Amino acid sequence: MSPLIDVRDLKKTYLLGDIVVNALQGVTLAIERGTFVAIMGESGSGKSTLLNLLGCLDRPTSGRYLLDGIPVETMDRDQLAEIRNQKIGFIFQNFNLLPRMDALENVELPLLYKDSETPDGNELGQRALADVGLAGRELNFPAQLSGGQQQRVAIARALINKPAILLADEPTGALDSHNGAEIMNIFQRLNRTQGITIVMVTHSDEIAAYAGRIVGFRDGLIVSDKKVTKPTASVEVVVAHTAAAVLQ
Amino acid sequence: MKHLISSMRIAFRALKMNKLRSALTMLGIVIGVASVIATVAIGSGATQRIQQQIASIGSNIIIVIPGSMSSSGVRLGTGNAVTLSEADAKELVAQCPDVELAAPVVRGGVQAVYGNNNWATNVYGITPDYLTIRDLSVADGAEFTQQDVDGANKVAMLGQTPVDNLFDGADPIGQILRIKNVPFTVVGVLTRKGQSTQGQDQDDVILLPISTAKRKVIGVKQANADAVDTIMMQAKSGAQIPAAQEEAGALLRQRHHLQADEADDFSIRNLEELFAAQEASSSIMAVMLAAVASVSLVVGGIGIMNIMLISVRERTREIGLRQALGAKTRDILTQFLVEAVTLSIAGGFIGIVFGIGASLLISQIAGWATAVGPGAVLLAVLFSALVGIGFGYYPARKAAYLDPIEALRSE
Repeated sequence: MSPLIDVRDLKKTYLLGDIVVNALQGVTLAIERGTFVAIMGESGSGKSTLLNLLGCLDRPTSGRYLLDGIPVETMDRDQLAEIRNQKIGFIFQNFNLLPRMDALENVELPLLYKDSETPDGNELGQRALADVGLAGRELNFPAQLSGGQQQRVAIARALINKPAILLADEPTGALDSHNGAEIMNIFQRLNRTQGITIVMVTHSDEIAAYAGRIVGFRDGLIVSDKKVTKPTASVEVVVAHTAAAVLQ
Repeated sequence: MKHLISSMRIAFRALKMNKLRSALTMLGIVIGVASVIATVAIGSGATQRIQQQIASIGSNIIIVIPGSMSSSGVRLGTGNAVTLSEADAKELVAQCPDVELAAPVVRGGVQAVYGNNNWATNVYGITPDYLTIRDLSVADGAEFTQQDVDGANKVAMLGQTPVDNLFDGADPIGQILRIKNVPFTVVGVLTRKGQSTQGQDQDDVILLPISTAKRKVIGVKQANADAVDTIMMQAKSGAQIPAAQEEAGALLRQRHHLQADEADDFSIRNLEELFAAQEASSSIMAVMLAAVASVSLVVGGIGIMNIMLISVRERTREIGLRQALGAKTRDILTQFLVEAVTLSIAGGFIGIVFGIGASLLISQIAGWATAVGPGAVLLAVLFSALVGIGFGYYPARKAAYLDPIEALRSE
């Protein structure tokens, strides 16, 4: 079976004023289904650019990108939007919840842009929220939730369309270490129990240690790629999971 | 459909967030629509009033007046010749198939006296057919009859104005009125007609049997005792007016023994033509007013565009997020377009209410007739929706084609 993400000699060049920035200088990377990958590197190393390309938010200057066997580098805006809606879940550093909508509405947002109707949307949304331990918080607005809770709402939102990949850009960057660990536990659980592929950009070694594979970036190139034999695990995984199960 | 409903929900929420801003943006459209409605109401009110005045003169009326006459090289104006006669009137009815009625009329100005009061007014010598043609009726008393005409009875019907000026509130029916020292019994008072299109008081009139008027009041023209000042005709229908005119012209030429190379010694006028011109000029005025008012609608539209551009800039990140979650170009375009159209249509409806209010106020204060038709309301709604789409499209398109990465990165 082909890898879920198959990137070959990917290059991305920006024009910043008159200066040409070579953000990616030929990246070849394969990510198998069901892996949890951390991408590390200093700022400007190209890791965010790669994440944007993997997330179909941008098109490469050259190179190939097969997502689930489909070449996406030549797709137009709306085709890419469709792919993002169906196959990709995004987690952002600053959560990016819409402040005027309650948690449930935020979670259900991707359903709005699906081509097919989702008659049981509310049920799906409630289940997704319960899955991240937020049952009973459906009607809370983002401002009424803690940072950790907001990021969990964002995870529920990312999962509602049952995507193949979760792309997370510094998901714990705005959280304290306790909440950060909690998010990582959710990631690990999703990865292990539901087989969701996770690609996470971080510059924290501690956070990266939760992943099963760590890819290092520098100057737009992969400089290291190692398997983690024993990823960090915590009892809180069990706690969060059982809490969710109890609330369900 | 699902998209439209959810777009509307998003739009309402966004508009509710900035209540004051939304209200001020709508204000432009409100003023625009209100002024269009009000000016159109004034315009169509004026047109209606002209139509009412035309109706007050009577329907399908054709007027025949004598032509000009020259006496020893001095040409007198139209209407001075004594070419028309009572016999002409009789023959016009008898021989022209498209003419329903023809009534001979003689006119004069007199001083009417009752008790200590006197009043200068117009006297018309008529036959009862005149009442039918002019659509006159009595409010009080009775009309005089053909017998009164045949017998040259000294009876009179009074318009409201002489009644008001002579009788001081007393009941005029049966009273004796003196005109040129001849006593006339008042048999009827005419229903009020109001002003004519030229601002003439149509109620300042005394009607006498044509025979009595000629012999006792106005006097008989020496050249022709049968002569009349005017013949008023009524065509059988509005569509038959041109045919009736033609037939009457041919008959009168024949009766007046005119050779083929001689000009008519009479002239036939059709009031509808006269009023059509007046109506046209008043509707041109209305269109011009509405055009000026619609300029403010355009200004309102620019206001909407302005606010939508600001809104797109403020919500760039939200747009980026929606794009990341799978919103297509069309989704974002619809969302912002619906927002703009919601603003403009809501403004349009408020504008209609204000416009109707304003036109009622104008008719109260200025005393102008106004009429708000369903057409004007429909047009206003349509126009405001168009303004919303037209001026909302550019900002919406701008939002829809934002680069998702840059949009997500913006603050």
